Amino acid sequence: MTAISDPQSVAALAAEAVDNRVNLDFETEGMTLNMGPQHPATHGTLRIIARLDGEQVISAEPMCGYMHRGYEKLTEVRTYPQINALINRIDWLGSFANEVPFILAAEKLMGVEAPPRAQWIRTILFEMSRIANISLFLGDFGLQLGGMTAGFYAFRDREWVLNQIESATGGRFHPNFDRIGGLKDDLPKGWIESSHTAMDKLLAFCDEIEDLLVGNEIFQGRTRGIGVIPAEIALSYGLSGANLRASGVDWDLRRDNCPPGLVYDQADWKVWTHPDGDCFARTWVRLQETREAAKIVKQLLDTIPSGPVMAKVPRIIKVPEGEAYVATENPLGEMGYYVVSKGDLVPFRVKIRSASFNNISIVPWVARGAYVPDLISILGSLYFILGDIDR
Amino acid sequence: MTLLLAAFAPPYWLSTLIKVLVVSAVVPTTALILGMVFLFKIMSWMQSRLGPQEAGPRGTLQLLADGVKFLQKEDIAPNGADRWVFKVAPLVVLMSTLLLYVALPASMHLVVADLDVGVFFVLAISSLSVIGVLMAGWASASKYSLMGALRAAGQLIAYELPMVLAVIGVVIQAGTMSLNGIVFAQNTGSIFGWGGIGFPYILTQFVGFFIFIAAVQAELTQPPFDMPVAESEIVSGYQVEYTGFRFLIFFLAEFATAFAFAAIAAVLFLGGWAVPWLSTSSDLYYVLGPIVLFAKVMIVAFIIFWVRFTYPRFREDQLQSLAWKVLIPLALVNIVVTAVLKVVL
Repeated sequence: MTAISDPQSVAALAAEAVDNRVNLDFETEGMTLNMGPQHPATHGTLRIIARLDGEQVISAEPMCGYMHRGYEKLTEVRTYPQINALINRIDWLGSFANEVPFILAAEKLMGVEAPPRAQWIRTILFEMSRIANISLFLGDFGLQLGGMTAGFYAFRDREWVLNQIESATGGRFHPNFDRIGGLKDDLPKGWIESSHTAMDKLLAFCDEIEDLLVGNEIFQGRTRGIGVIPAEIALSYGLSGANLRASGVDWDLRRDNCPPGLVYDQADWKVWTHPDGDCFARTWVRLQETREAAKIVKQLLDTIPSGPVMAKVPRIIKVPEGEAYVATENPLGEMGYYVVSKGDLVPFRVKIRSASFNNISIVPWVARGAYVPDLISILGSLYFILGDIDR
Repeated sequence: MTLLLAAFAPPYWLSTLIKVLVVSAVVPTTALILGMVFLFKIMSWMQSRLGPQEAGPRGTLQLLADGVKFLQKEDIAPNGADRWVFKVAPLVVLMSTLLLYVALPASMHLVVADLDVGVFFVLAISSLSVIGVLMAGWASASKYSLMGALRAAGQLIAYELPMVLAVIGVVIQAGTMSLNGIVFAQNTGSIFGWGGIGFPYILTQFVGFFIFIAAVQAELTQPPFDMPVAESEIVSGYQVEYTGFRFLIFFLAEFATAFAFAAIAAVLFLGGWAVPWLSTSSDLYYVLGPIVLFAKVMIVAFIIFWVRFTYPRFREDQLQSLAWKVLIPLALVNIVVTAVLKVVL
């Protein structure tokens, strides 16, 4: 990992690199283009104020908050099980992954540990929600670049993993399945076999997308060398997840700092990085990540231990006084909950660190000097979920 | 039958009226057919969907239902719009489409106007649509519309040239610019003395065919060249402010133009309305000609739409460099080779 030695020099270097990108040999009167809050490419209510010179972006400023739902405040008046249902709605494409770090933080404060079977299933569902999230990205990015068919294939094949999540948890999008001390239920009968089938389908889908989209010359022309984010800049803007790994930083919380309660060390898998840091690298890393996730699921399915799925916890959950921060590697990047408890039924304060909010903070830097179509590539490949930006 | 038709010599006003009616009936029909078959059904199958199911048998009337829906919508012009220009723009686009059909031969006599310079007329008329597009983009008083219109203008200028150059090879081979003349030349031609399948020019002009199809794709603003109407970038470009029947006119014009270009490609490269083994002077072509042409059009349209549903979109500058650095030099080489071979052989 590259160290950020001096933040000021990094900032100066970043500013210089950005200014070099703007090419105004022939300056014309600028135009301000308001992308969003209703724009097809922002999939949600993100607004980008872009100042243009011709088709070149002179400055792009993301405005968020159109979908702010006040989750951090709401958590102060909700009990812990209620919060679990609430935070499902943060990153709505990989909902189960939102629950896990919060539950782990609460477990850490209470000193409870889920039984091994629950840990296994938790990890499997976590990776399944990652697949559900990123497989949609792979198609949706194609959709934004004009390749409509990839989008439909993604919706079709995501259904395999959503069906598995639904049959295990009862909820397609918002499982609300994780509990402090374990899980709500055990797995249904035959779920392991059908999950193997679903993962095989997803692996085939990855191959198909690689053929159809990622290997396409036009796609590569639209993404290679576009929106390059060097490693130092990525780190200084607090990027995480695939966006950071695509800049060549070998960083993955699942491997480096896996919180107790998830069993990633029980599977054999690899963290993929890409040296380029461009839109293509971000897509490619996510594609590999989907494959790795399917591999993790398949391995863990074979080694699920038997036993209960719930530890002994009181019926009315009161979390003892204390503070805890637990972060996991969510589909979009690092997602963490800083939970402060005063020993009540409700937390005193919860700070949600969601990945997308930090990921889009780099948009003004990376979009400057790009063209309007490249802005779409950049926004698409940075991959944010609006609910993850505006909690 | 020839005698019958020869005896039918209507006065000028009647024949003109018939021609006007035929063209204005054919244009929406072709748009409907292409929209239904390709946009709704084949696209759905390619994308593992079912497509429309409910309206009519197997959803075949869906597009009609949509058309009726469009007609019911309010005709809205934005506040800042240049109202007169805004309202006329779709008609200008449709006009260029209608004029395209004037020169298209469906058999030797089934043609509205058999022009001696049919190829020239068709290529010239097709570029008129960009005026309508520019009018629409400018008059909409929307930034997205303006960007879309300017992209369309740049794109059409860049792709008019390779299209014309691609066709020149055919014209050199046929020795005529009349569309019917090109069909005759292909029907009577022979490959090394063997006239079994006639001589469709795609056999020698495959480079020209490829360039022509690529240029058609760009003229129609279809993916991978759909930047002027890219919905994920500039929200449908110049069409963004249009509602109701004016939007419907854009839609009709787009698909009718696609049909017309597919027909031009079929005439220039695939032998048009004629089939091998049957002399072009046969009376059968009164019936057979339109059917044969339609079949060939569907083949070409399938290629066009197949690419449309498969590829992502180029960036504007990539499109320009493709046109100027690849397609135009390739077309020029094609012309030189064709001309040399025409003289030598």
